[in-house]
Amino acid sequence: MDKSGGAVRIGFYVCHCGHNIAATIDVAEVAKYAATLPHVVVSRDYKYMCSTPGQELIQQDIREQRLNRLVVASCSPLLQEATFRRAAERAGMNPFCFQMVNIREHASWVHEDRKAATEKAKRLVKGAVLRVFHHRELVQKKVDIRPEVLVVGGGIAGIHAALTLADAGKKVYLVEREPTIGGHMAKFDKTFPTLDCAACILTPKMSAVRSHPNITLWTYSDVVKVDGYVGNYKATVRRRPRYVIEELCIGCQDCVAACVFKEPKFPDAFNEGLGKRKPIYLPFPQATPLVCVIDPETCLQMKTGKCKKTCVEACGDRKAIDFSQKERLQEIEVGAIVLATGFRIFDARRIPYYGYGTYPNVYTALEVERLINASGPTGGEVLLRDGRKPERVAIIHCVGSRDENTNRWCSRVCCMYSLKLAHLIKEHTGAEVYNYYIDIRTPGKSFEEFYNRVASEGVHFIRGKIADIYPDPSDQGKLIVQGEDTLIGRVLKTPVDMVVLAVGLEAHPDAGEVRRMFNISCSNEGFFLERHPKLAPVNTFTDGIFLAGCCQGPKDIPDTVAQAGAAAAEALKLIDAGHVEIEPNTAFVVEEDCSGCKSCIPLCPYTAIVFDEVKKKARINEAACKGCGTCVASCPSGSIRQNLFEDDEIFSEIEGILAPE
Amino acid sequence: MNPQGGPPAAAPGEWQPRIAAIFCNWCTYTAADLAGVSRLKYAPNVRILRVMCSGRVDPQFILKALAEGADGVLIGGCHPGDCHYVEGNYKMLRRFRLLRRMLADLGIEDGRVRLEWISASEGDKVRTVVNDMVEKVRALGPLRLPERLKAWDREIGSEEVKSHG
Repeated sequence: MDKSGGAVRIGFYVCHCGHNIAATIDVAEVAKYAATLPHVVVSRDYKYMCSTPGQELIQQDIREQRLNRLVVASCSPLLQEATFRRAAERAGMNPFCFQMVNIREHASWVHEDRKAATEKAKRLVKGAVLRVFHHRELVQKKVDIRPEVLVVGGGIAGIHAALTLADAGKKVYLVEREPTIGGHMAKFDKTFPTLDCAACILTPKMSAVRSHPNITLWTYSDVVKVDGYVGNYKATVRRRPRYVIEELCIGCQDCVAACVFKEPKFPDAFNEGLGKRKPIYLPFPQATPLVCVIDPETCLQMKTGKCKKTCVEACGDRKAIDFSQKERLQEIEVGAIVLATGFRIFDARRIPYYGYGTYPNVYTALEVERLINASGPTGGEVLLRDGRKPERVAIIHCVGSRDENTNRWCSRVCCMYSLKLAHLIKEHTGAEVYNYYIDIRTPGKSFEEFYNRVASEGVHFIRGKIADIYPDPSDQGKLIVQGEDTLIGRVLKTPVDMVVLAVGLEAHPDAGEVRRMFNISCSNEGFFLERHPKLAPVNTFTDGIFLAGCCQGPKDIPDTVAQAGAAAAEALKLIDAGHVEIEPNTAFVVEEDCSGCKSCIPLCPYTAIVFDEVKKKARINEAACKGCGTCVASCPSGSIRQNLFEDDEIFSEIEGILAPE
Repeated sequence: MNPQGGPPAAAPGEWQPRIAAIFCNWCTYTAADLAGVSRLKYAPNVRILRVMCSGRVDPQFILKALAEGADGVLIGGCHPGDCHYVEGNYKMLRRFRLLRRMLADLGIEDGRVRLEWISASEGDKVRTVVNDMVEKVRALGPLRLPERLKAWDREIGSEEVKSHG
């Protein structure tokens, strides 16, 4: 008899998962064993339990055999628990009177000895059968979803996600840490393989963001705190002072012209330090919002308070400059969050023998993008730092990618952008271009065709890693690029004028802090971890938080845009459903047993436990409880219980999994 | 451990340790799933039970497992600072330190109960930790706590008879 007084009737099903389980575990034996366990009235094995016929088999048994408990031994509950719960519910059973046994990820896939794996599976099954006996009927909790969305990061991923959501009628907050949106894509000249101009396809989307009635754009801002849960997040955004009032500035740049610094003299971040800017500046001509920024580190007035303030004079009646601007914290409430925080390029200084930072003519690919770009520091001419036009250029692939000493992963975009740069450098300068590669990887629509095109233009391809770069002793200004051509088995020393390092992509240095704030995970490489690599590529382990673009892993623009669209669609799905069902695994206090000792109260990170001063008992606010169970484990009188993780459920499971053979 | 990193080899007919593992849903359980998806091989002696957070692990679960005949208990949680529920893993760590002292008093060796931080991406750490633990517990030999408890019960029982006699 169960807690409600009825007879417990358990149905047990073990899945072959094709050969995935059945090859290592004797499923017939497991089914036979389960049939001997208490209260099991049906025990079956089937090829694919999660398939429609598999689910129908369960449903038929629930109806015909009046089952009120269900155990399925198959894959991870993190994958298919919801499937079987729904199947049970459709047949009229309470979906929480179900327990799943993970005999694929935790047994058949990790063991080779068939006998040992089968024995382990049997104990795991026994644990579940003993546990499910204690399961109670529970009601699924529902929470309402707020319709607003927070998008973090204003690169192409964040822009696309924000526009998709805003066009669907949702209110979007787009938060970007830099003074302008656009991200890395805004720095590129052309995009592969079509060679369309990055600005031509990006800037219209940037202006669309600015003018969209549903988008609130906060640049020069960062999210500093996130509370709440799916559907009801509360985020605190720090809006840093730009010392120029956004609503009043029209981007005319009269202030920049009037600045007491007659010449720009500070390194310009947008141009990767190749150009110079003044203390008051516009990040780039199409910056969105088109608002100037004052850098307090270099501005004379900000530093000393003793400046003629010619900028203020130039601004005149618009009065947009405000040296007293302070940092502001703004709180917003949103239903879902899309993280599109992007990447940073590999720091080429980490490979000292490439001489980046030592030899002025060694550049990163991103710097060369700026040199080629018509709005860049050289007006689109590929010129060396001494003003010469390069005649021979080496492009070194896989710098900080596929390298045991730095980053092991392939950054996916470098082969293609190297081919693009080879083409553009040749087009701009007529130089001989040498590509040093490990493998050329061009898997993408029209990518291989682009490779063939660049090769037919006379760009040289040499298979081999470069071991050293050093100044040519016989020719000043030239660098010797030394490495083995592994196809002919000879060491080559090639004198060149310019070296381009095809630097890889890596996670932002603060990705760890960001992921903690949003309560999501990172992969070993430091990129944000998706819920499932194939079936939930934009979801995270935290409901209502989605990923878009390179923060999840290196990818090119088409893939980034596709992923941003998918993240927006996931957020829309959540919002348009109006409510979300959440796991009823909350804790509750059994009042009669509570001694009022209050030891649980400080343990709850969500302050979900309150003390009822009249009754002198603790009470758990179900809406605030997230179901960790920490208070349950700590209650000295055992008066706190957790749905789905009750003590007797866990004790029975322990008993089952440790049952002797 | 063998150099291939596979499970420690057990001689045929050799005594097999039984180890109960309690893993948190978000980090270590997911890491064990990842080990499976990556087809990493580890010793079959560990049976995994899932809780939402290592903070849910009541010391009684560990004692219950040992009393049910476990030769070792492995608890897995998120790394400090990474807990899905902010700080449940710290709460577990506190209890674990107290429990370890109590276990030592009971004569239960240190290596039998272990707390490990394994993040969702550390599938390989599940493999190395499990294999290492199985090897160490195998070296310690069977714990036989159920038999010992019975023997203690008998001792107490006979003393009671004496004192009443």
